[in-house]
Order: sequence, then structure tokens, then C-alpha cells
Amino acid sequence: MWTWFHRLASPPTFYRLADRLVPWLGLLAAGLLGYGIFGGLLLAPADYQQGDAFRIIYVHVPAAALSLSVYVLMAAAGAVAVIWRIKLAECVLVAAAPIGASFTALALVTGMLWGKPMWGAYWVWDARLTSELILLFLYAGVIGLNQAIEEPRAAARACGLLALIGVINVPIVHYSVEWWNSLHQGSTILKLGRPNMSADMARPLYAALLGTYCFFGVALLRRVQNELLLRERGTAWVKEQLRSAHV
Amino acid sequence: MSLIAVENLAVARGGRTLLRGLDLAVQAGEVLHLRGGNGAGKTSLLEVLCGLRVPLEGAFRQRPEPQALHWLGHKNALNLALTPLENLGFWCGLNSVAEDALLPVLQRLGIERLRHRPCRTLSAGQKRRCALARLLLAPRPLWLLDEPLDGLDAQGLGLFAQLLAEHLGRGGAAIVTSHQPLPPGVPGVREWQLA
Amino acid sequence: MAAGVIGAFTAVLRRELRLAARARAEWLMPPLFFVIVVTLFGLGAKPNDPLLADFAPAILWVGALLAALLTLERLFRADYEDGTLEQIFIAPAPAIAAIAAKLSAHWLLTGLPLALLAAPLAAALGFPSAALPALTAGLALGTPVLSLIGGFAAALTVGLPRAGVLLPLLVLPLVTPIVIFGAGAARAAQSGLPADAPLYFLAAVLVLGLTLLPWATTAALRNAFE
Repeated sequence: MWTWFHRLASPPTFYRLADRLVPWLGLLAAGLLGYGIFGGLLLAPADYQQGDAFRIIYVHVPAAALSLSVYVLMAAAGAVAVIWRIKLAECVLVAAAPIGASFTALALVTGMLWGKPMWGAYWVWDARLTSELILLFLYAGVIGLNQAIEEPRAAARACGLLALIGVINVPIVHYSVEWWNSLHQGSTILKLGRPNMSADMARPLYAALLGTYCFFGVALLRRVQNELLLRERGTAWVKEQLRSAHV
Repeated sequence: MSLIAVENLAVARGGRTLLRGLDLAVQAGEVLHLRGGNGAGKTSLLEVLCGLRVPLEGAFRQRPEPQALHWLGHKNALNLALTPLENLGFWCGLNSVAEDALLPVLQRLGIERLRHRPCRTLSAGQKRRCALARLLLAPRPLWLLDEPLDGLDAQGLGLFAQLLAEHLGRGGAAIVTSHQPLPPGVPGVREWQLA
Repeated sequence: MAAGVIGAFTAVLRRELRLAARARAEWLMPPLFFVIVVTLFGLGAKPNDPLLADFAPAILWVGALLAALLTLERLFRADYEDGTLEQIFIAPAPAIAAIAAKLSAHWLLTGLPLALLAAPLAAALGFPSAALPALTAGLALGTPVLSLIGGFAAALTVGLPRAGVLLPLLVLPLVTPIVIFGAGAARAAQSGLPADAPLYFLAAVLVLGLTLLPWATTAALRNAFE
């Protein structure tokens, strides 16, 4: 188990594995997202209260889910980087931050666009919107810290510590903001047992959600590969990789 | 018996590997004088040996306890707003060392008259002497010294040689980086050129 | 070993207080800044605007937070630059004792004066005196967390030539729960409601911070040597 883990964490092995995974994940992402968008925008019936405006959830919900998942992934990678000093974890952490920040920004923008017809204003101090904004600041802190520290490995470990403290803070922020005020409509899909969404609305949503995760996988793997090439430049395996790619 | 021993050490700084495959052991009564050009990795190696920096590869065969080693970096660890007495008194508290030895040690280093002056008014050599005073405040067998001769005058160099010779005579050892040759009068010096 | 921990803690604390006594202007800056910010809020509003009292919790908390940020950058910087931090990490006592002492000193010299200053400033804004205990209790529980989080952020940026804008960017999102609960306690008391729920939350966050942040700060400082 541990030897397997160590082999996977070695940069050349991971690089080649990523090369093999990316096309499949990409295909999966395209299919799922294609169905999700098509099904969500055209096939699903309009909401009886919100009309067509609800259709933004096919972008908003996946983006919001990713914004949190990516931060948790960053914190996990940060823990591995800080405790075991594994280079691959450092790359994952650093590579994931801008993607997560983009999803957070997307969730915020779509949330605001949705808020205009629903609440009558682009911005209301609603619990989830506000925590999402603070999450964006947390991402900005990680990205800023990583760019400020010159030595890349020390930068990644500093970011790891920050992400770890940040991930503990996220539920506290969320809870505090919720305590402070809540206008947001209740969670729609995570209510197990009694789904309050019709199946032909929900199916494209699940597809879009899964598709976005796959898309994130592709983006992350490619960014990690670039990080690895950059950090390991000058080593034999990178030179060989570049030679075989005819660069 | 060696006071510190490492094998197959690799040291990196700023993403660059400076040293690789280094085996090193220092015996009691021995001074290892590390030499090498700027950027050869002397300071980084010392930082690894004293435990401040994690080596890229390699392991300690014999690792000194924190109570068994003195570290003198190229920075003096003196707060410029405090006096030598306050700075060294703080060090004693930090290390749970009795402060009785403070005055005799300052006398030995020839800086007892400066003890109530803020360190910002001291010259570079005087500050270096203050930093060297720590070596005498607590007897510890292994000294790791980074450019200890910086700023010392001729008399200071002689004093340093004397202190080091006494330390070796008591069964101590030292690893020293220095661009200039160590002052005469230190026995058991082994030079090591880092590529 | 326990003796070494206590020795290191008291040595660092004594040194910090001595340094503060020697550079008094530096530690008078945050309270002064706090007073100025609150005064400017008063001047920005209509004379004797009764709305100021409603906004007093927010004004006081943001003012205290920004004032506490002022001294953060210097918290570990000087010790990092002059080599004292190296001696702290080399010493036989665990470095966390010394780091905890530095964080405590920061609270004693910055957080505590701000918490004490809040009551008279609140009164000046027309904040009801019956609600002052909740406000002060909130600040007394919240300012140590500001010192802990601020110290952590300062440790992350200690090796940088200028932490500048980065430091507030790291600190502010992490302290939002403190501001929400702290100002929330004051607002609850202001409208005659019990303030214990937010105060208990603040206490819980403080305990969590005390458990985690000294370790994280020590790890961040150690990381700065590489």
C-alpha cells in the first residue's frame, strides 16, 4: 500500500498517469456537461414559481459545490505537503487554488444574477452568498501567499498551513453568517428522502454536477503536470519528456 | 567518538541542490573548517547540521541533542534596542541557563564596559564578541559557527583562537565556516573544501 | 523539560515587555489609531446622529481589528532578521513556548488596551451603557483570537521583504466569525436581548484558536527558514 502510494507520488509516474487519464476524463466531462446543459436549458420544464430563471442552477450549483470541494482538497493536499513533504501534494495544492477561485467567482456571479430576479437585488447579505465571498478571499490569500514567497517549496508549505487553518474556518464562517442572517432558499438537492425537485429537472443537474467534477479533474491534472515540469526542470525525466514531445 | 555524523546528505536551497552525497563526522577535539566560494552551500550545510533546515536526502548517524550544541549564525541574534547584558540574559532564560556567568564571560571577551549600552551603538566587531559570549555561557560540546571571525580585530582573532583551543582541550569540537584561514594556535584543524 | 518551557516563556515575555517599554510610541499607535478611526466616523456622520449608536458595534469592531493589524507585521520580523528566531528554534525548550509568549505579549500590548478603550469610545458614540459589558466581554474574548490569527499570518509572511497588503488579505477572511459574533453580542445587548449565545461562540472559537494556532504559527515560522 505505502510503496504503491510512494510510486504514485513520484513526479514521472504521476505525469504519465495523468497523460493517460486526461482524455478519458475530458470525454466524460464533455458528455456529462453537454447533456446537463442541453437537458437543463431545453428539456427540463420551467419552474412554476421562478419560471426560466431557475435554469441558472445548472451552472450555479456545480460551481458552488466545486468551490467548497476544491478548498477541502487543497487543505488535504496541504496536510500531506506539510506533514510528509511530498512534492506532488505541493503541486496539487498550488495548482488547485486558481481553479477553485474561478469556481467561487462563478458561483458568486451566477448567484448574484439569480438574486436579481428572485430577491430584487444583485447583492443581499444572505448567509451562503456571504460565505462564498469570504471563501473567495480565502482563495485569494492562498494565491497571494504562493506568489509572494519566492522559494516554491516553502511557498507551497506555507499555503498548505493557510489552507488547513482556512478549512477549519470555513464551517465556522458559514455557521456564523447563518446565525447572523439567512434569506437563502433551503438546499434543494441535498435533502435526502424528500426531494423537492422533479426528476426531469434533477437529472441534468446531477449530470452537470458530475461533469463539472470531471472537468475540474482535467484542469487540475493538466495544471499539476505543468507545475511538475516547472519544478523538476533540469531533471532527467523532464528532459526525456520534452524530447519525446518534440519541443 | 564522533559528536555529529551524517551520511549521504543532500542539501538544497531555493530549489537548487547545492551538495549531494556528503558524508561527514566530527570527533571530539577536532575542528572542521568548511571552505568554499560564495553559494557553495556552507551556511545551508551548517543550518542542516544544527537542525534549522531539513536535508533533501540523507540521515544523521549521530545527532547532537539541542543541549549539546551551540549555533552561531552569521546574524548575531542581538536586538539592537537592548544592551548586551539584556540580550545575553534573555538567551540564558530561553535556554534555562543560570545568569551568574554573564559578567565573567563579558570580561573574558573584553566587552564588560559596554554591557549597559544599547547594541545599536556597538561596532560590528563588538557585536560579534557579544554573540561569541554565548559559547561560554553554557558549556556545550559541539560548536557550529558560521563566519565567526567576521568583524573581529587582531586581538579578537587571538581571543577566538584561545577560546576554541580551550574548548577542544575540554573534549569539544567545532564546525566552522570562514573565508579567511583560522587564526594560528588552534590545534586539530581539518580543512574541507566544498565544491 | 517543564521548567525549560516555563523558562523560555517567561524569558520571551519579559523581553517583549522590555522592548515595548523602550519603544513606547510603537505600542501607543494602535489605541491612538482606534480613537482616530472612531472620531472620523463621528465626524463623517451628522452631528450627534442617533444612528451612530446603532452602528457602534460595527464601527468599534472594525476599528479594533484594523488597529490590531498595525503592529502585526513587526511581530516576528525583527527577530527573524536579527537571528533571534534561529536561537529560539535551536534552544532545548520547544519553540512553541517562545512563540506562545510572543503571541501573549502581542495581546497584552495591543489587544487588551483596545478592549479597554472600547467602552469609553462606545459611550461617545451614544451606545447604551447597559450594553457596555457585552461589548467589552466580546472584545476581551475576541482580541486574543485576533492576536492568534494575526500572529499566524505574520509568521506565514515573515520571510517576505514586505508583507504589505498581503497580511490584511490573509487575516481579514479568517477573522470574519469573530467580528460577526463580537459585534453580534454587542447588538443583541443593545436591543435588550441576551448576549450569551454569541459570547459562548466567541469563547469556543478562542479555545479552538488557542489549541491550533500556536502550533500552526510555529510550523509557519520554521518553514520560513527554508
